[in-house]
Amino acid sequence: MSRYLTLSALAVLFLYPLVWSGWASLEDPSNYLEMAAFGEGVGTYATNSILVSTMTVAGTLVVSALGGYGFARFDFPGKNVLFLATLAILMVPYATILIPLYVLLGYLGLQNSLVGLSLVFVMFQLPFALFMMRNAFEALPRELEEAALVDGCGTFRAFSSILLKAVRPALITVGLFAFLASWNDFFAPLILLNDGASFTLPVAVVSMTQRTFGAVDYGMLQAGVMVMAIPCLVLFIVLQRHYVRGFMSGALRG
Amino acid sequence: MTLTMTRSGRRAAHGAPSARWRSRRIQGWLYAAPTAVIVGVLFLAPLVLVVWMSLNRWPLLGAPAFNAPDNYTKIADNPLFVDAVLFTLKYTALTTVLLSAVALGLALLVQDRRPGIGFFRTAFFLPGAVGFAAAGLLFYGMLNNDFGPIDPMLQAIGLTSEPVKWIGTPNMALFSTITLVIWRFAGFNMLILLTGLQAIPTEVYEAARSDGANRLQIFTRITLPLLRPTLALMLILSVTGSLLAFDQFFVFTNGGPDNSTVSMVMVVYRDAFFRFDLGGAAALSVVLLVALVGLNTFMMRRLR
Repeated sequence: MSRYLTLSALAVLFLYPLVWSGWASLEDPSNYLEMAAFGEGVGTYATNSILVSTMTVAGTLVVSALGGYGFARFDFPGKNVLFLATLAILMVPYATILIPLYVLLGYLGLQNSLVGLSLVFVMFQLPFALFMMRNAFEALPRELEEAALVDGCGTFRAFSSILLKAVRPALITVGLFAFLASWNDFFAPLILLNDGASFTLPVAVVSMTQRTFGAVDYGMLQAGVMVMAIPCLVLFIVLQRHYVRGFMSGALRG
Repeated sequence: MTLTMTRSGRRAAHGAPSARWRSRRIQGWLYAAPTAVIVGVLFLAPLVLVVWMSLNRWPLLGAPAFNAPDNYTKIADNPLFVDAVLFTLKYTALTTVLLSAVALGLALLVQDRRPGIGFFRTAFFLPGAVGFAAAGLLFYGMLNNDFGPIDPMLQAIGLTSEPVKWIGTPNMALFSTITLVIWRFAGFNMLILLTGLQAIPTEVYEAARSDGANRLQIFTRITLPLLRPTLALMLILSVTGSLLAFDQFFVFTNGGPDNSTVSMVMVVYRDAFFRFDLGGAAALSVVLLVALVGLNTFMMRRLR
């Protein structure tokens, strides 16, 4: 019984800030109206965030599913080098390659671009995603695709019409991690986007605290916190099982 | 990194006619091509570029000019960076110890399946689903002296008599930031530890109990040693994450008061985008990169 008392007290401590923020934002509903009108309008920032997250999730799924299948079932020169190079992304501190990425995206005409930002997110997701997908394809029985290949399907038909369905749980896990990372990230958009109209939600809402000399509107700020947090909280609660599998797979960092 | 290269699909090619074998090699390349492009263009190229940038005077606008090794020699003259190194190390040590302790406590509390335990696991993890920017702003409001609920609460129960300077003094700013980080990451680390705890076979515990071991003995002689690889992973993630801290300080304390909470990555950011010195920022990045890759390799060798 005393264990449940301890657990309950801790749960209150952990949940209280979230509940308080929701309550503080709703105390005066005009907080949401003010926030909606802030800067370029919260609609613009939310749209940018949704675009970036959608492109990141889609890009990560496509690249890691194709790559995972290639690594699980084919042999080709340079395979091990490419796999190790991908995993090396985990070893290199995120923050240290954003400055050269800013310059590089400029060369590619992708500076201040939501597409460029999404591509960078795909790259950061790739080690985890590729590792998850390769393991998922390796775990499938070979008979599954061999039957299709004997029927005269090419490997791509077998991949797209049969194997992809079989690795759906891994795809959901990879997609969920990609969504949370791209929706929440603050540092990459801060560096790679430099025009207010292209800001994602985290950069835009943080800029609410940095208006020169004006007093910070704390109620509006908590409304911004809620707009950012609620999609993640809901998705996490609904897809929790898939999130935990990401941990169990050992793919987190080997 | 303990990821091992497993079966590389060699069997598929074994004994096949060479035309088909060649075709499968080409197909394999095609499937891996998008990965190769992303890794090559967005990871390997910037890795080379950051080194090249660090050897040049590279203004935010305007043409770069070779000036090696100026960007490196001037690091020692950058007082902000030297202070930031010391501060970041202090922050990393404190955060890692406290975060590990809290996460281990939580994991031990929720490790056994019993009624309702799923709710508590979710409750502890939930702050981890919220982004760092959102979490920072949440605490920024919650600890505000006029707007936040914490000061009135503490005064109501008589713990304090006047508003606390949560981010107003260097020590309090550090303490408040660590609280924020623990709130945000304890559940995440708890999940890592749970995967390790659940890998310990129950027979081991039963055997120890039947040998008359008490709870403390079981914890120190069985749980901790068997949890070592998982603890090591958590430690490495926590140390690396803390050494690269940026969001929490940028959003929550804004480096203040008096630059007392400026982390190393914040200096990189300031050099690049406030002093418009991308070459200097690149040199700091290279130093951080080499130090962290070295530290990671060392920790993985020693701890696992």
